[in-house]
Amino acid sequence: MHPAPSVIIFTTLSGLGFGLLFFLGLGQPAVTGTVAFVFYAIAFGLACGGLLASTFHLGHPERAWRAFTQWKTSWLSREGVCAVGALTVMGLYALGAIFMDSHWTLLGWIGAALSLATVFTTSMIYTQLKTIPRWNMELTPAVFLSFSLAGGALLAGAETAAPWLLAIAGAVQLAYWAKGDKALETSGTDIGTATGLGDRGAVRAFEPPHTGSNYLLREFVHVVGRKHAQKLRMIAFVLGFALPLLLILTPVEGVVIKHVFAALAVLSHLAGVATSRWLFFAQAEHVVGLYYGKR
Amino acid sequence: MTFQQPRVETSPAVSDEVRKTTCYMCACRCGINVHMKDGKVAYIEGNRDHPVNKGVLCAKGSAGIMQVNAPSRLKAPMMRTGPRGSGQYKEITWDEALAIAVGWLEPIRHEAPEKLAFFTGRDQSQSFTSFWAQSYGTPNYAAHGGFCSVNMATAGIYTMGGAFWEFGQPDWDHTKLFMLFGVAEDHDSNPIKMGLGKIKKRGARVIGVNPIRSGYNAIADEWVGITPGTDGLFILSMIHVLMKAGKIDLDYLSRYTNAPVLVNASEGPDKGLFLRDDDGKMLVIDRNTGKLTPFDQPGVRPDLAAVYEKDGITHRPVFHQMAERYLAEEYAPEAIADKCGIPAKRIRAIAGELARVAFDEAFELDVEWTDFRGEKHTKMTGRPVSMHSMRGVSAHANGFQTCRALHVLQILLGTVEVPGGFRFKPPYPKPVEAHPTPHCKATPDAPLDGPHLGFVRGPEHLALKEDGSPARIDKAFTWENPMSAHGLMHMVISNAHAGDPYKIDTLFMYMANMSWNSSMNTKGVMEMLTDKDENGDYKIPHIIYSDAYSSEMVAFADLILPDTTYLERHDCISLLDRPICEADAAADAIRWPVIEPDRNVRGFQTVLVQLANRMKLPGFTNEDRSAKWQDYADYIVNHERKPGIGPLSGFRGTDGSKTGRGEVNPEQLNQYIENGGFHVAHIPAGADYYKPWNTAYQDWAVDMGIYDSPQPYLFQLYVEPMRKFQLAAEGHGDRQPPDHLRQRVKDVMDPLPIWYETDQQGNEGFTVNALTQRPMAMYHSWGTQNAWLRQLHGRNPLYVPTKLMHENGLQDGDWAKVTSPHGSITVPVMEMAALNDNTVWTWNAIGKRKGAWALEEDAPEATKGFLLNHLIHELLPPKGDGMRWANSDPITGQAAWFDLKVKIEKAAAPADLQESQPAFPAQESPVGTGPKELKWKVGK
Amino acid sequence: MTQLPNSTDRKMGLVIDLDTCVGCHACVISCKGWNTENYGAPLSDQDPYGSDPSGTFLNRVHSYEVQPTPCSSQPAPAAQLVHFPKSCLHCEDAPCVTVCPTGASYKRVEDGIVLVNEDHCIGCGLCAWSCPYGARELDLAEGVMKKCTLCVDRIYNENLPEVDRVPSCVRTCPAGARHFGDLGDPDSDVSKLVAERGGMDLMPEMGTKPVNKYLPPRPKDTIEEEIDILAPLLAPVAEEPQGFMGWLDKALDKLPGGAH
Ligand SMILES: Nc1nc2c(c(=O)[nH]1)N[C@H]1C(S)=C(S)[C@@H](COP(=O)(O)OP(=O)(O)OC[C@H]3O[C@@H](n4cnc5c(=O)[nH]c(N)nc54)[C@H](O)[C@@H]3O)O[C@H]1N2
Ligand SMILES: Nc1nc2c(c(=O)[nH]1)N[C@H]1C(S)=C(S)[C@@H](COP(=O)(O)OP(=O)(O)OC[C@H]3O[C@@H](n4cnc5c(=O)[nH]c(N)nc54)[C@H](O)[C@@H]3O)O[C@H]1N2
Ligand code: SF4
Ligand code: SF4
Ligand code: SF4
Ligand code: SF4
Ligand code: SF4
Ligand SMILES: [Mo]
Repeated sequence: MHPAPSVIIFTTLSGLGFGLLFFLGLGQPAVTGTVAFVFYAIAFGLACGGLLASTFHLGHPERAWRAFTQWKTSWLSREGVCAVGALTVMGLYALGAIFMDSHWTLLGWIGAALSLATVFTTSMIYTQLKTIPRWNMELTPAVFLSFSLAGGALLAGAETAAPWLLAIAGAVQLAYWAKGDKALETSGTDIGTATGLGDRGAVRAFEPPHTGSNYLLREFVHVVGRKHAQKLRMIAFVLGFALPLLLILTPVEGVVIKHVFAALAVLSHLAGVATSRWLFFAQAEHVVGLYYGKR
Repeated sequence: MTFQQPRVETSPAVSDEVRKTTCYMCACRCGINVHMKDGKVAYIEGNRDHPVNKGVLCAKGSAGIMQVNAPSRLKAPMMRTGPRGSGQYKEITWDEALAIAVGWLEPIRHEAPEKLAFFTGRDQSQSFTSFWAQSYGTPNYAAHGGFCSVNMATAGIYTMGGAFWEFGQPDWDHTKLFMLFGVAEDHDSNPIKMGLGKIKKRGARVIGVNPIRSGYNAIADEWVGITPGTDGLFILSMIHVLMKAGKIDLDYLSRYTNAPVLVNASEGPDKGLFLRDDDGKMLVIDRNTGKLTPFDQPGVRPDLAAVYEKDGITHRPVFHQMAERYLAEEYAPEAIADKCGIPAKRIRAIAGELARVAFDEAFELDVEWTDFRGEKHTKMTGRPVSMHSMRGVSAHANGFQTCRALHVLQILLGTVEVPGGFRFKPPYPKPVEAHPTPHCKATPDAPLDGPHLGFVRGPEHLALKEDGSPARIDKAFTWENPMSAHGLMHMVISNAHAGDPYKIDTLFMYMANMSWNSSMNTKGVMEMLTDKDENGDYKIPHIIYSDAYSSEMVAFADLILPDTTYLERHDCISLLDRPICEADAAADAIRWPVIEPDRNVRGFQTVLVQLANRMKLPGFTNEDRSAKWQDYADYIVNHERKPGIGPLSGFRGTDGSKTGRGEVNPEQLNQYIENGGFHVAHIPAGADYYKPWNTAYQDWAVDMGIYDSPQPYLFQLYVEPMRKFQLAAEGHGDRQPPDHLRQRVKDVMDPLPIWYETDQQGNEGFTVNALTQRPMAMYHSWGTQNAWLRQLHGRNPLYVPTKLMHENGLQDGDWAKVTSPHGSITVPVMEMAALNDNTVWTWNAIGKRKGAWALEEDAPEATKGFLLNHLIHELLPPKGDGMRWANSDPITGQAAWFDLKVKIEKAAAPADLQESQPAFPAQESPVGTGPKELKWKVGK
Repeated sequence: MTQLPNSTDRKMGLVIDLDTCVGCHACVISCKGWNTENYGAPLSDQDPYGSDPSGTFLNRVHSYEVQPTPCSSQPAPAAQLVHFPKSCLHCEDAPCVTVCPTGASYKRVEDGIVLVNEDHCIGCGLCAWSCPYGARELDLAEGVMKKCTLCVDRIYNENLPEVDRVPSCVRTCPAGARHFGDLGDPDSDVSKLVAERGGMDLMPEMGTKPVNKYLPPRPKDTIEEEIDILAPLLAPVAEEPQGFMGWLDKALDKLPGGAH
């Protein structure tokens, strides 16, 4: 799949933002007033910025409102509905925290649940696609949710949860890669089933339908060199999980250093997740590539 | 829940108006419905009523709208301002353009008309352009057929009075076995596809003989991946097997062919000539009476076996010689299998299948007919084997004889002009005798002494001057290529440059991209066109060119006469030329301006009329020196070739009620337009098979004006005119070949089909065959300017068989250096498994010169695309004595494009620029480049 | 509507004969022409005369090489080439419809045609992601999703003569390799053709239940296997030219009216 910056930015930032909202909804940290304002500003900034970025790749952003209508069947629609729900509920909750110094617990829980649900619906947009075997596995929601929670915990400064969540997210990431690398092969779809000619012999794509490029090739066919991908995976893993874990587990003296370390952990995590997300797209093989003899 | 869905307008208006005309995205000439909205072309579809395409349309045809609107269209007449080849021009008026042209043409006409060489490409007005050239008086006229498929045309006409190409077709409705030799697309593009579809539907068998298994050959049930250039052997071997098994149609051979005709078998100046009576009629022995008799007498049953002796001279039937030759073991499948790359068992199986279908699946139609001997038949016997062939056989230097062999195979099986077999389209069948002989006598200020092109019957018809030197600039009809019925357009530029056989003044070309894809040795041709003499003048002093688009050739002309596109002019697809007939109908068609040009361009034929009028050329001028015609439309309607016969055969007679022959009808064009742009005259039932011998057909053809009197004839298994050339080479007669050609004439002008290895002199070490194929969605260079089509074929890899890929360590996308004795190119490769192991190929004419066709200079056609033409030379590598022979068939002069041999090696991608090599500097585009985006919609 | 109808009245679709398709691209361009001028926005082209021309097409023709597995009757089978046209298959279980967030993609109840309502489409591309067959292309100029409409504006069009109420690609196909009809009706010509020739689904494992079917190429290169039947036909009438003349004489006698 073409690793479109808009979608990478969207999923990375909004995952982080909703992760933070999740923790805030649970009252973690139970901030109020100006501090709360800062936290919520960050959370909403990330979540909304992500959503906004995602509209950049739309052909007709002005009609985006229509995307709320098909929640019965469409995960993309559900995502929109959940996101608006989560943002509204958490917005109210934030008003309480900032201006009224109060935590409406039930509302917070609902907001937290909606925030997680939003991340889940996002993940399901990808997971549902049988056409992309690397995404079409249970580990995909696990990746999105665990990353979101780990990032949220980091941002929320949830000191006890964060290391565990980071470790879990890292593990999920490794598992996802391991399984994903075999996904296309084990999916049962190959150029033989794609053309229906498989039982006659070995099928090979010959001349493409056109020597020029097209939407499908630009959108679905992106080949990352093996070596390159391995290197990026290392970077993603180290920056996304190993380094943040190290940074927050390193015992340090002093609040400033602690905050500096925490900030570094967040930035590192963000860079790691963005890299991982780039790979998530760039390495995903759409079966349509089979028709073009490409993966 | 009720399911809601938007209401879709399922009956939108399709167009304001439909205008019916003839496609010209290629030479197949399908009928099209041009849908107009707001006075503009909106959508083009096939015309269901049209005899050629019956509604279907190919990719090119449907893309016509992008051609008619292409940014590459020339806008106005132009005069060269920069050096030749640069593409620098200034626009001028038509008045200026015509004056300049006349300023060049008129003086040489007074002095020596042969100083004009007028050659046209694949236009469809050859009867008109040749008429113009004849009136002008130059012998130097031909169209492109000499490098295209003259082998096919000539072999067909000499053998059976008609050829494959587009002059005949399988009986698609009845055939059960279809064998296709060396065809990728052909001129009959849509009809062949429709035919294949028909026989596939019936589950009939298709055998494709082709080194490459793509297109038609991909859907063939059997693929014969033959070694290029060896079809002749394969065919003669099948003839061997079939004759040996007696699986030949003796009845057909004895009645309709010259197999029983007696041939002089004794040494002397008549050896090999037919025994004839005083009227020149061929003689046979009548098996009923045992007597010698002219072949065409009532009741005669010619004997294939009997020998006749008189005055000590033995005369043996042609069939004797055939048996002697083809039963020899040298033609046994086992003897030739390796050379052809086909297992002997497979050759036998195919021959067996031919025999099985021709004889065991024979059928009868209950149709009565009468043959030329007056014998009535109650039935027509069908032999449902049909064949078709084109340039894969034709474009080799042994193509004439190979094509002859193929016709002989068809005839031995009795499958020509019978139900289920191969059938001619009017005006064919037409024996050689009904064709003109070539004429070449130029006289200042006078027309030529007759038509330029024709069919020689012997050395006496060669186009030689008194001193024996060639009369024509292309050396057509000389000892180098005696039967070059279509001329040799591919030799014109090099001969004119060399001043051999003489110098010319003006080269006038029309619709042929001669500086690029239609030339061999492209780079050399560009140099010849720009080469100067010691005075600094161009060696070819004047070049006039007519094109509709900004092609490569445009850059090399001094004067450009811009043509319209095909929807903006009148054209005439005439029975006098290459009409659109079907096997059971005569048909012709027109084009007419369905839109008016929005530029300062004129139909080229109209320009020729205007030039002729300014020069007062005889054929174009009335006795009172006034012009006969104002423009081409005027000519189409009012010209009469003979009384009552004009360019169009339909709607003749003052009220349009006559067909074939009839007075001029001023409303003729309108009646064509009303009829959909074409006219069809069906051959009556009972006259539609056995045409060469069927009196009903012969009479119909006379009525139609195709012949002046019935012309029944015999198929010529043995071609006597060829024997006459051999006799000359053996020293008989007064027109003698030069000594260096004597042996070759003896060897190749065999009156019975032979196979010979094409000249491989200088090819040592070059072992791989290199071919081109036409892409179905592209027409030569024209396709590229079409925004839709160029997305399909915007560059062309060299397809390399798996084995050669491995041997050379190549992978898809790698670059390879391909070398011939003549030059080398560096190009991208792609693997192909369904390909002869020792053959590489690419699509024809995709590579482009930078700056042409209104494309941007970094267009893939120019950077990645390439031509094989750089590797092909018009001359073969030098012989031991330094002599260089033409890279052509020694009989017809057909350019031997497919004899190319190369070697291939992996190359680094061209270092600095990843571009195919050789690369040429850009030409300036006189029309700029196209827009950056297309959102085409005419209607709202 | 993003929901799929429970069932459709008819299942209109195409049957494509891989044994007959010569790969000429006629259907591709005819489709481009018709759909540029008709349903929805024109099919645009970017950089049409430049270095990277590309545009929106609703139908494309691929080609594949098949290397058959050697077997006893064909120990060294020749590779085959198959031309392979592909447009929307109008799936019964069309994932492209259910993923669409706006309801722009829908499947029609009356004939099963899958369409995009271009006025509602936001161009998110998700439907194209969900289509296994690459049947949807986003038009760059218009920013909306384009796909084969099964020529919904032809097949019922009262401004067209009855015979022409078929898709543009079907009408134009020179080889007659494309067939159009109701695949929900077992008695339709197309259904019969599918039954006769073993019509197949592409990527059946995707569960999309395509309506369009493909007729597989017939077996190829089998003539040598028939040699036992054919060889007797080729038994020599004579080994020597002399013998041949003897045979000829007799054979001529047997012709009608051939006796001396
Ligand atoms: N390597 C290789 N080379 C080959 C061949 C091959 O098989 N292999 N085949 C050979 C054969 S058979 C042929 S016929 C030639 C074909 O070669 P050409 O006859 O040169 O064919 P085109 O490239 O179509 O060029 C014809 C010219 O006609 C112009 N034209 C198009 N429409 C019109 C019009 O309406 N009016 C006018 N005035 N001009 C127009 C085009 O712009 C173009 O410049 O190529 C030959 N070259
Ligand atoms: N779409 C389209 N149609 C065209 C044209 C076009 O440019 N585009 N050009 C038109 C013109 S001018 C012409 S002349 C005709 C030509 O029409 P074709 O005769 O179909 O010409 P080519 O495409 O050159 O195909 C030649 C075929 O012969 C095969 N071949 C080569 N050598 C041998 C051999 O030794 N033996 C056998 N058995 N096969 C061999 C090649 O593999 C190739 O398939 O097409 C006309 N129609
Ligand atoms: S074959 Fe195609 S390009 Fe040629 S005349 Fe017919 S429709 Fe036009
Ligand atoms: S038009 Fe017909 S033969 Fe040509 S590519 Fe399309 S389906 Fe195949
Ligand atoms: S082929 Fe693709 S676009 Fe068409 S209905 Fe099926 S899934 Fe949807
Ligand atoms: S691109 Fe248009 S049709 Fe496709 S899913 Fe998005 S909104 Fe629906
Ligand atoms: S049915 Fe119509 S829209 Fe669909 S591929 Fe054919 S021509 Fe194109
Ligand atoms: Mo040609």
